[in-house]
Amino acid sequence: MSHWNPRFEEMPAPELDRLQYRLLKTLAYRLYAFSPFYHARMRESGVHPDDIRSLEDVQKLPFMFKGDLRDNYPDRLFTVPHEELVRYHVSSGTTGKPTVVGYTEKDIELWTESLARALTSIGLTRGDVIQVSYGYGLFTGGLGLHYGAERIGATVLPTSVGNTERQIELMQDLGATAICCTPSYLLHIGEVAERMGIHLGRDTSLRAGILGAEPWTEEMRRHVQDWLGIRAYDIYGTSELSGPMFTECADQRGVHIWRDLALVEVIDPETGESLAPGERGELVLTMLQKEALPICRYRIGDVSSVKDGECSCGRAHPRIERITGRVDDMLIIRGINVFPSQIEHVLLGLSEVGEHFQIEVDRKGALDDMLVRVEVRKEAFSDKIADLMAIQRRVADRLKSVLNVAVRVELVEPGSLPRFEGKAKRVIDKRVL
Amino acid sequence: MTPDEFIIRQISVFSENRPGRLAAIAHALEEERVNIFAFSIAEASGFGVVRALVDKPEKAHARLTEDGFNVAFTDVIAVRMRDEPGGLYEVASMLGDTGINIEYSYAYSGPAGAVLILRVDRPAEAIERILSAGKELLSAAAFR
Repeated sequence: MSHWNPRFEEMPAPELDRLQYRLLKTLAYRLYAFSPFYHARMRESGVHPDDIRSLEDVQKLPFMFKGDLRDNYPDRLFTVPHEELVRYHVSSGTTGKPTVVGYTEKDIELWTESLARALTSIGLTRGDVIQVSYGYGLFTGGLGLHYGAERIGATVLPTSVGNTERQIELMQDLGATAICCTPSYLLHIGEVAERMGIHLGRDTSLRAGILGAEPWTEEMRRHVQDWLGIRAYDIYGTSELSGPMFTECADQRGVHIWRDLALVEVIDPETGESLAPGERGELVLTMLQKEALPICRYRIGDVSSVKDGECSCGRAHPRIERITGRVDDMLIIRGINVFPSQIEHVLLGLSEVGEHFQIEVDRKGALDDMLVRVEVRKEAFSDKIADLMAIQRRVADRLKSVLNVAVRVELVEPGSLPRFEGKAKRVIDKRVL
Repeated sequence: MTPDEFIIRQISVFSENRPGRLAAIAHALEEERVNIFAFSIAEASGFGVVRALVDKPEKAHARLTEDGFNVAFTDVIAVRMRDEPGGLYEVASMLGDTGINIEYSYAYSGPAGAVLILRVDRPAEAIERILSAGKELLSAAAFR
């Protein structure tokens, strides 16, 4: 197992604690001095950089929100003069204004460094041919991975997105060993290749996929690995952080966040309180060394958890679980956070019911009551009530074990639940609080 | 007659337990001019299964499937009973003594007598036992 930067990757936890504390304290002073926005926010919350006396004191610092970036469009959160900037990236605003991210030379350097470590931890190195099929341009995916892959001495094949048949030809002819793209695009490539009579696993040199920029699931990973015969790794990062910059290591059990670059917290989105490892909540990230657009306690809106325990790769850098949803979709049932995406994952794993569902939440006495409606598949329909009740019980048991909260399940007729184009509205909350 | 001729195709329809569902099924059958000889509803929490013996099971199946219902064919048998006290006991005890389990059953009583519709775990054995005891089984043709 090789490391790109052994000094940081092999650093023991206590030393990382000290390093992170020092970087955090420096960041607090830098923001207080150079960011009018964050200065005002610190004053509002009655926090001074002098109050940061331990790593845990990060919790005293105020949050930053996506809305802050939009409200300060395009560059009012930047803390360096414009001539220091070497690049802009712009994220497409699905709602409202886009977000502009500026980069200093050091910002690009650390982003590249992060990916160099990440790609090496997967097992990629000099001699590998890495096909970058993320979009190049204002989107961060293409250029970010391009720089990271070049840094480790690999050969970059910058195909960007589109023209899938040509991508497959080049992959074959130039011997690509890894591909970086969205999971859905890889599935598309796999299908097109199959139509061309090419099996990616057998007929090309491809052995790794670095997949992200959209939600995906463990089921999809298994499917990709079984079908295409390559290993699929999760990559995480948003443009606010710089871009996609953290990946899983060869063990594929969570995305490592380099502690010298970022401080990761998971909070209860309702109360803002920090959650323990293993508990699922909203990811909050602090970029410890980012210059042009500082990011401090940024509430990213993605739902995840910090994995408990150490990674078998030996790195003392925390791992986050795959993003399981957006905070906006979260429900609180009897004090437990429930995400509709978790229900979807459970249903995808059960052949007797369809993947469509509807959640109805009500209050019975003092207790929340959650009902999940699912459609019985035609193939699973039995004339016997006992068989149907067994399906109902199985769905309820699986949901309970994943959500940690008891759920009532109602079987409904196929096709009877509403279908959605675009954003699904699957929750009916009847609680009057 | 071979035993197979006594196997009758019942249609079973999954239905949510809410107003109007039975009417929707019945209306579809009316439009297809399908006649219902006998039917029953088994209910569980939130859903039920409507079971019916009809004169045109294939037509009923096709139409209900087209309307989006979950429909299945299930094999049942129909025994003619004496329409007087003890009629049901006679049939039920005969099957019970042989160790044949009745999964569910329903009955109707008309001008031509009383009929018991049975879903059993071992239909071939049940048919043989009923016939050898001299009881009358209705053939599938009787429902067309």
